Amino acid sequence: MENSLPPRPLAAAPEAKTDVLPHIRIRPSTGWSALKLRELWEYRELLFFLTWRDVKVRYQQTVLGAAWAILQPVMTMVVFSLFFGKLAKVPSDGIPYPIFSYVALVPWTFFATGLTQASAGMVTQANLIKKVYFPRLAIPISRIMAGLVDFALAFIVLLGMMLFMGLTPTVNIIWLPLFLLLAVVTSLGVGLWLTAMHVQFRDIAYTVPFLTQLWMFATPVAYPSSLLPEPWQTLYGLNPMAGVVEGFRWALLGAGGAPKPIILVSALVAVGLLVSGTYYFRRMERTFADVA
Amino acid sequence: MSEIAIRVDGVSKQYQIGRRQTKSNTLRDVIAGALTAPFRRASQLLRGHATGAAELDETLWALDDVSFEINHGEVVGLIGRNGAGKSTLLKVLSRITEPTKGGVDMYGRVGSLLEVGTGFHHELSGRDNIFLNGAILGMKRMEIERKFDEIVAFAEVEKFIDTPVKHYSSGMYLRLAFAVAAHLEPEILLVDEVLAVGDSVFQKKCLNKMEAVGQQGRTVIFVSHSMPAITRLCERAIWLDAGRVKQDGLSHKVASAYLNSGLGTSSAREWPDATMAPGNDIVRLRAVRLRTQDQRLAEAVDIREPVAVDMTYEVLQPGVALWPCLIARNEEGTCLFSAIDLDPAWRGQPRPVGRYVSTAWIPGNLLAEGTIIIETIMRTVHPDILHFREPDAVAFQVMDNTMGDTARGDWAGRMLGVVRPRLQWETQFNPPLN
Repeated sequence: MENSLPPRPLAAAPEAKTDVLPHIRIRPSTGWSALKLRELWEYRELLFFLTWRDVKVRYQQTVLGAAWAILQPVMTMVVFSLFFGKLAKVPSDGIPYPIFSYVALVPWTFFATGLTQASAGMVTQANLIKKVYFPRLAIPISRIMAGLVDFALAFIVLLGMMLFMGLTPTVNIIWLPLFLLLAVVTSLGVGLWLTAMHVQFRDIAYTVPFLTQLWMFATPVAYPSSLLPEPWQTLYGLNPMAGVVEGFRWALLGAGGAPKPIILVSALVAVGLLVSGTYYFRRMERTFADVA
Repeated sequence: MSEIAIRVDGVSKQYQIGRRQTKSNTLRDVIAGALTAPFRRASQLLRGHATGAAELDETLWALDDVSFEINHGEVVGLIGRNGAGKSTLLKVLSRITEPTKGGVDMYGRVGSLLEVGTGFHHELSGRDNIFLNGAILGMKRMEIERKFDEIVAFAEVEKFIDTPVKHYSSGMYLRLAFAVAAHLEPEILLVDEVLAVGDSVFQKKCLNKMEAVGQQGRTVIFVSHSMPAITRLCERAIWLDAGRVKQDGLSHKVASAYLNSGLGTSSAREWPDATMAPGNDIVRLRAVRLRTQDQRLAEAVDIREPVAVDMTYEVLQPGVALWPCLIARNEEGTCLFSAIDLDPAWRGQPRPVGRYVSTAWIPGNLLAEGTIIIETIMRTVHPDILHFREPDAVAFQVMDNTMGDTARGDWAGRMLGVVRPRLQWETQFNPPLN
């Protein structure tokens, strides 16, 4: 690893050599500003490097390195299986409780870690923000993307566990990328809101762990959403993570039948969060360098 | 190539200074503030204050209607006193912060170099940091790959390229950081006084590189306190004062106007015309000069070198006891120390008419790196008379080096504090008792 060049970004476009010089226009912005997604695309290499740095540093700095990505959901699963599965006898849609909870814990851990990492990003990267210009959106996005590596590792363990327990994924697995996308969109949406707020209000640092803890119990991680009667079950989708978790269970284990309405509600809420979060972030962004 | 590269049009930037301290960053305060605001406003009206008046005096215009144009290929120096708005202007141009009013148009890729080593991560290898830092500075990956060997050679770190930079010596670290930045090739380059770090060999290397950049026909804005560097590198200079453009023209003309204005911070000042010199009928200040032990004018001194402050004054009326004093401040205006002439020959003694030179030696290994501004004062205590007070008499730059024999030892990172004394360190070792 040490002797190799860093991995290549997915799309390394040839260097643009145009005779037309780019025109940079700086004006004070008022109210809601444009999202400038094209500019973000132009900075995709930086986005990639920031993600890559987060991953590399995290795995290099800690003693257990990559093991952390697996330990956290696995240990939680053990605890849940003992207390909810064995003692409280929480129903698990006919699936062994450990798998039932772990399948939910994998996307959940991605979400919770993403929120923690993203919301602190602007403050820990204050030095960068004060010294160079780049689309500020790159920081929360890269921090959430870095969580995908942890997710992949935890997911491999999940597949191993399923194999060990003799469970084969259903054909529904082709839908899994869509549910992962839903998890990413939700993390980004909530993450952007929290990141922008964190710069203004340092309270957010204390709120995030508490928020993720409450949110986990409001999400069917330790129990199935089928505990709820129907109109409420669909409304449960207002918590987009409920849609993600139920989607994962259905795609991998075929549990509970296709959760169509709940997914639809979740997807709408997640997209709403992402769009509003991006606008809010862009609005607050201009003060970051002065405040952070 | 004479088309416009940068057009700055009526740019103003306002900072809210008072409110940032009183208005805390917690949700509780925001909620409490929203609840009490109507009452506060009402009580202000009752007491006869206009609404919003309280906020007005808590703001500061760091830039106030700044306009200028720079053509492609021009190298322009930006000078001015601390707090004149130079750094704010660079931050606006590099899009780090937004202007409050006005606008800027720039034609070309913009690279800004406000600090070397931005985004360097100590745990990552030199190789990784080159890619990361390059990307942060706006280089494309292909560009970095192409220049990789050149960067490594410039930094002279070939053998350690795969070692985490935390194991680098401070010199290696700085060389690598500058090497990446120096290979940035935008059409427009904004450079803050990054050259104020490192030893003199390194500074020379940086200056040469800067000169080369200027000759490649790129547009450069260069902020510096060093007038020799400005006149050497730039043809044109813009002098900012209190957020406004005070003068814009040929660099040597602007630089000398700046130095002669009294606002400038040169290392030596003279008042040839006695009637214009600070003072009164008893005593007048005629010159203040900073020099090193080898009689050089002290413009930029190594942190280890002592600096002499020579205060030349003329006593016009006999029989008065004088107290020459000096105060040293840093660029933020923080007072570092004050000192009073203790020479026993003249302490408390009435002085005959004539010319005097009081010299104070500021020891080496005492001040932190940066600009040091010296204020000179002459007073009499019985009765209390302030003869003169020259707040920004002279200034000099202290430069820390990375030789390992200063207070920073082998540490290359940021050192906190307004002074940087080299302390006597001892470590006692007590072996475990068996």
